[in-house]
Amino acid sequence: MSADQTDANQPSTEPVITTGHILGPVDQIPFGEGRAFGVDGEQVAVFRLRDGTLRALSAVCPHRGGPIADGTIDREVVMCPLHQHAFSLETGCSSTGAEPLRTYSVQEDAERNIVLKYPHIRGNSLA
Amino acid sequence: MTSVLDRPQGRHAGAAPRRRLLVVGNGMAGARAVEEILARGGAEQFTITMFGDEPYGNYNRIMLSHVLSGEESDADIFLNALPWYRENSITLHAGVRVDRIDKFTKHVFSNDGRVTPYDTLIIATGSRSHMPPMDGLYTPGGSVKHGVFGFRTIDDTRKMVQHAQQEHHRRAVVIGGGLLGLEAAYGLKSHGIDVEVVHSGGHLMNAQMGPDGGAVLRRSVEALGIRVHTSSRTTAVLGRDTVSGVSLRDREDIACDMVVVAAGIRPNVDVAVLSGLPVERAIVVDDRLRVQDEDDIYAVGECVQHRGEVYGLVAPLWEQAVVLANHVTGVDTSSAYLGSRTATKLKVAGVDVASMGLHGPEFDTDEHIVFSEPSRGIFKSIVVRDNKMVGATLLGDSRKVAYLTQAYDRGLPLPEERIALLFDVGGPGEAVGVAELDDGAQVCNCNGVSKGALVAAVKGGCTTVSGAMDATRAGKGCGSCKLLVKQVVEWAADGAVEEDPAASYYVPGIPLDKPALMAAIRKKGLRSVSQVFTALAPGSAEDAKSKMGLASLLKMMLADQYIDERDARFINDRVHANIQRDGTFSVVPQMKGGVTSVQQLRRIADVAEKHNVPLIKLTGGQRIDLLGIPKEDLPQVWADLDMPSGYAYGKSFRTVKTCVGKDFCRYGTGDSTKLGIEIESRFQGIESPAKLKLAVSGCPRNCAESLVKDVGVVAVEGGRWELYVGGAAGAHIRKGDLLATVDDPEEVKVLTGRFMQYYRENANWLERTYSFVPRLGIEHLRAVIVDDSEGIAATLDAAMQASVDSYVDPWSERDDPLTPGQFRTSLPLTVLPQVPVR
Ligand code: SRM
Ligand SMILES: Cc1cc2nc3c(=O)[nH]c(=O)nc-3n(C[C@H](O)[C@H](O)[C@H](O)COP(=O)(O)OP(=O)(O)OC[C@H]3O[C@@H](n4cnc5c(N)ncnc54)[C@H](O)[C@@H]3O)c2cc1C
Ligand code: SF4
Ligand code: FES
Repeated sequence: MSADQTDANQPSTEPVITTGHILGPVDQIPFGEGRAFGVDGEQVAVFRLRDGTLRALSAVCPHRGGPIADGTIDREVVMCPLHQHAFSLETGCSSTGAEPLRTYSVQEDAERNIVLKYPHIRGNSLA
Repeated sequence: MTSVLDRPQGRHAGAAPRRRLLVVGNGMAGARAVEEILARGGAEQFTITMFGDEPYGNYNRIMLSHVLSGEESDADIFLNALPWYRENSITLHAGVRVDRIDKFTKHVFSNDGRVTPYDTLIIATGSRSHMPPMDGLYTPGGSVKHGVFGFRTIDDTRKMVQHAQQEHHRRAVVIGGGLLGLEAAYGLKSHGIDVEVVHSGGHLMNAQMGPDGGAVLRRSVEALGIRVHTSSRTTAVLGRDTVSGVSLRDREDIACDMVVVAAGIRPNVDVAVLSGLPVERAIVVDDRLRVQDEDDIYAVGECVQHRGEVYGLVAPLWEQAVVLANHVTGVDTSSAYLGSRTATKLKVAGVDVASMGLHGPEFDTDEHIVFSEPSRGIFKSIVVRDNKMVGATLLGDSRKVAYLTQAYDRGLPLPEERIALLFDVGGPGEAVGVAELDDGAQVCNCNGVSKGALVAAVKGGCTTVSGAMDATRAGKGCGSCKLLVKQVVEWAADGAVEEDPAASYYVPGIPLDKPALMAAIRKKGLRSVSQVFTALAPGSAEDAKSKMGLASLLKMMLADQYIDERDARFINDRVHANIQRDGTFSVVPQMKGGVTSVQQLRRIADVAEKHNVPLIKLTGGQRIDLLGIPKEDLPQVWADLDMPSGYAYGKSFRTVKTCVGKDFCRYGTGDSTKLGIEIESRFQGIESPAKLKLAVSGCPRNCAESLVKDVGVVAVEGGRWELYVGGAAGAHIRKGDLLATVDDPEEVKVLTGRFMQYYRENANWLERTYSFVPRLGIEHLRAVIVDDSEGIAATLDAAMQASVDSYVDPWSERDDPLTPGQFRTSLPLTVLPQVPVR
């Protein structure tokens, strides 16, 4: 795993994104849906909630490899399309007994681009 | 499997040699006794061998009623499946009958020629169906006549289902109007069979209730379309090789294709009699469940007689199994079985029945409190003597059962206002009734779950009713205790019980049932899924599990007025294809009625070649499936195909299967292909609460399998068409009910559309027609759809027409993706399970 130097030195609760991966304009994700991105050889599913905020989780379902970005979401969870395991969008933890998904910090910058900051400590979401 | 004879006795290092425990009978009592023995460390003391006449593990016999009615599959009723025996090192001889016991040398002889020694023996041979004497029951060869059934085993049940599902079998007579007979009648009815119950008693279930209760029950049973003849005795089964009817004393014969004999049970005591064990009405046991005068032989279950009583329900045998296990293992040698008070709580033919003690007053001084409301199927009767309850019968409303059972069992003092025994009248509510129950009170009689066990589950974190049921198995037997389980869980959670979303809501996230939800949507003029959440969900919270159901409902209600938000759809409906296990998709183009052409076939072949389609498959729905298409290729595949979607992915109208019909087939009496294509053209793609699959067959040979379709049409002689609804042959098997027979194919289309619209408006989310039709009853559906009894036919037709008019082929989105990245891959780069290329 390639850790971003700057991030590794930040305390894990630091909410401000200094650097990160720019994944392109936020408009490529419709409200309420997700899209998958390859970042440094890892697959990340980014969701844009109906309130406009973003969430990012690893894109591969730990159950049987389902495409998480194709899942159905609400404000709390994403449901994998293959066998409907549910995962918290905040923590990645499954409420249906699957292994957890990894979470990443993600934000929109001033140019309305998606910025993914990672690696990210699980359970730490951006306020 | 080796028997203990073939194998030297295993020894524990340093421990005493284990004794040999042998159990004859692998039914509910035998297996439960072994479970209780294992729970007391029996595995350390014994090597266990079981013999069972039935070639299976142990199953829940009570559930056979549900298997017969199709509510439950026979695979789901096993309590101890074969692996359980292996895991507990029990040698099971399944399908082997024990013929004789030599109690002096301590061996049993079984019909596979085996001789097996024992140190301790348990007899749990249960009962069998009683075949009362009547003419024509047996063939001259001595076997039961073809078409006559008992109702005791899984094999009996399977054979009945099979027989009932044969096309020309339409009428059944059930002999016996007790619990088993009514359950058999109810089960057969759900296969579309006409059922008549012939009962020798003066009223139904006379063992459990008096004549007034019996009369109310009769009304409820008749309302299901089951005819009842009381005080009539069957004297003969008619028919030479196979059943053609029955003769009754003093009445006309009844014609039928099958007879179910449910005229009581008889304990299986042959082995005991042959082996010189004491048998009166059943095998005589003492308070330790030991066979009288035998040191090493025990008996348990329906085959025993204890203090003169023989029981025919499971609750007593759970109590027996505990005492038996205490003695066999030596864990508690003071334990004694003193008999069971038979308060029974049952669900019979869908009706709640509870009965305990006396059915009516015996002395002038006895009080008799009765409430009867036949039109709602409710009857309550309570007998009070010296301010103690000595009997009760409750029909159709089991809310006070828990309290009354306890009052009966313990002789509790009764409220002065006797009406409080029957109803909760402003005073202490139901919860108090539950609070009064003590921890040991058994709530679920099938699985022997006490109030204490349920409370423990709730305290342990199961705060939904279904969660607590899963954790304890309560309510998973006959289901008659579900209401009480719910009350206990609610009481134990002290108001913190989480609503059981599945219960009555249309979708889990909006606390409204379907009619209320539809009314609210109309009243507030809501047009999109997000508007529904904002207006109607608690805290305006979105709910992922509810989105798909709401999207479907709104589209059905609003047709082109619906504001389509793509995130509300399941992925299949966002990209109009079915997601595969590796994240690719399948493409099934429309092939109306299963009819294709050279051009279509050539085009499909070209597309498959161009796109390297990994698997081309003919589907069960008479079309061609192209599987393994990457999401990003979907638009191009559709463009190259240039055929409309076959909707193989949606909760929607799917296909119409057809047969070749009268133009080619030498038997065809109607043009099934043409009609099938017309139906598919008309209703293509309309969304519904669950899939709709149709078929049209050209004659009653039914090559398109019309009888097992959501709507199935069959051409019959004379240019007429039969319309069946509610059939299925997937996870459930059900023969459709005949809705109507009409002369005109146009009329078929009208009724098909009207039925489907009524289903769309009234079915629960994901409720297939095979549940919907029996839930509402074919008589009701026929009245509404064919006879227009509610005056809504024109409205239904117009609503369906609006949906038909707003149809747009979803694959036209290929040229103009609706959302950014609609067809962008979500496939991770990591290796996934790959679909093999054939
Ligand atoms: C492709 C096909 C099998 C085949 O190769 O023949 C098929 C494939 C699937 N069926 Fe089926 N069913 C197919 C005909 C049937 C049939 C027979 C028929 O339609 O004539 C049945 C029994 C009839 C019925 O529907 O009751 C059938 C009963 C089911 C069921 C059980 C439904 C039930 O309530 O009984 C499911 C599960 C469900 O719906 O929840 C199911 C679900 C599925 C799913 C969608 C699994 C899923 O949930 O993803 C499969 C999707 C494969 C795919 O990617 O396309 N499939 N499935 C058939 C498509 C027919 C078509 O042309 O549209
Ligand atoms: C359709 C139906 C519905 C019912 N509904 C209810 C209900 O709602 N509530 C309720 O409380 N009870 C109900 N019952 C009754 C309940 O199922 C019985 O009380 C219970 O199964 C009795 O258990 P048992 O072990 O004594 O007998 P069984 O379960 O019959 O087991 C006896 C077993 O021993 C085997 N056997 C017999 N002789 C031999 C031999 N010589 N060698 C080897 N094996 C042998 C038999 O094949 C059988 O498998 C229902 C019964 C039926 C059939
Ligand atoms: S039967 Fe099962 S495995 Fe086969 S297609 Fe249908 S759902 Fe898939
Ligand atoms: S692969 Fe995600 S739930 Fe099965």
